[in-house]
Amino acid sequence: MHLRKINIQWSPESRTSTESTTEQRLPCSTFLIAVGQNAVGFLNSFVQCSGSWEIIGAVTLWNERVKGTDTINQQFPTDTSCLLYRLTSNPMILTCHCNCYVAEDQLFQWTEKVFGNIQKRNLNVIVLSSCSVTEYKTPRSTSNISVPFLRALKTSAFQETPHCVLLEQPNVLSGLPAAVLSYCQVKQIPAVLYHCYSDVTTIDSLTIEGFRPVLACKGLSSFVKDTSRSAEILKQLVDMNKIQSNLYT
Amino acid sequence: MVFIPSGDGSVSLKRYTLIMPVVSVGNVGQLTVDLIISTLALPRVGYIHSDCLLPVVGNNPYATTSENSMDMCVSSEVYASADRKLAVLQIRSPIVQGKHRSFRQQLLSWIKESEFSKVVVLSSSYAYHRVDQQLIGTPLRYLATPALQIIVGDKFQTLKWKELERVAAFPGISEVEAEISIPGGGITKSLYHNSCTEGIPLAVLLIFCSEGDNIPDAFNLLNFLNEWMELKEKPSDQHGVTQAQWKIPSSWRLLFGSGIPPALF
Repeated sequence: MHLRKINIQWSPESRTSTESTTEQRLPCSTFLIAVGQNAVGFLNSFVQCSGSWEIIGAVTLWNERVKGTDTINQQFPTDTSCLLYRLTSNPMILTCHCNCYVAEDQLFQWTEKVFGNIQKRNLNVIVLSSCSVTEYKTPRSTSNISVPFLRALKTSAFQETPHCVLLEQPNVLSGLPAAVLSYCQVKQIPAVLYHCYSDVTTIDSLTIEGFRPVLACKGLSSFVKDTSRSAEILKQLVDMNKIQSNLYT
Repeated sequence: MVFIPSGDGSVSLKRYTLIMPVVSVGNVGQLTVDLIISTLALPRVGYIHSDCLLPVVGNNPYATTSENSMDMCVSSEVYASADRKLAVLQIRSPIVQGKHRSFRQQLLSWIKESEFSKVVVLSSSYAYHRVDQQLIGTPLRYLATPALQIIVGDKFQTLKWKELERVAAFPGISEVEAEISIPGGGITKSLYHNSCTEGIPLAVLLIFCSEGDNIPDAFNLLNFLNEWMELKEKPSDQHGVTQAQWKIPSSWRLLFGSGIPPALF
């Protein structure tokens, strides 16, 4: 069972900052969690294009679907699933890029571990995720809906109005976004989930652009000023993930 | 497993009756609990935060107006009414694989801590697994632990309820050894056995059914429960209708998926 344990490894810089606080926890005002390729792509192209960001830690885990070949940063082991970043100009803003599959039995542990290292006071959580539009339930036919579109789900402690329509009944969400939101609901942490329904589940520029309304969030608009480089970064991201084949082009 | 009150301050459920479902065939127990919460308009008092349940989130399943539709719900919540001394546990997701035993233990320790006066478990079992003596007559059965039998006395006999038959442990080889068998019933059987040994007053009400449209089964099980618990009065019997009126929650819409593409025709 110890194989399925979730660990967090901190970079030397972050360790010094946590030690200075009494609680041994990272102070944080806005915590952005992106789940899946498209949400992570949005953070890379639209959020992290402004300001400079440093990696402060990594969540590592193992399960059947984690290949363990991701080596973006040699500082962290290869089974890294999620990278934690911090905005250098405002260390109260953290992001978590979760690109890999977290197994069902690891979800609870994931939230306990990650949130166990973050101060709860004045914490606001924003979760981004996406899935196929076929999972969306509506009295109309899903084939007639224009995609991508955003839906929001907020915890009781979240007081603002979300920047898109709320998720309609009887739609439900599961997986890591659900685990994070459940944790925030029971611990009374203000949290909002922006979920993008799209017809493409792999990395896709239109789906990534679908998250654009999120930029209007109070937590984000304070530091995301300049998105002029976004298009360029987005193109690079999509090109990098294109299937390298010239057979049909 | 931790019970976390949803509001500020603590919640005491001492001497309340707990009604809870077990995730079983056709999700009949959960559907029945949905009907109870929705009909009695029970307010939420807390959450069950456990590593044994898969996380699932959505908006208020019992929404009646656009204002209260924005209340987020999680995988397991507790609803209660102080007037009725009634607590209802709803479980909206399956138990994580390999954590059935752990979930059962957490559940039992919460039941003991809360000091419920009695526990009613709503469950179901595969119809096709019935033995010969179960084939004819009502599909509804009950089981009561010794501690519950002391409380209820001969109530179930006067209601003419049928107790779940013990079936041969080794059919065709030896008919002497008989045991309780609830195929498709999830943790029902083990929960019942644990409650017997730990002296918890617990009743299991179950229905034989198959997967499919299980709404009629939920109504059936609820009317069965209502005969005993009298959650809702039956309307006066003038037109031959003797069943109580239950309110279907708003989340039961689109139970069989989205609309059909018109281009299909």
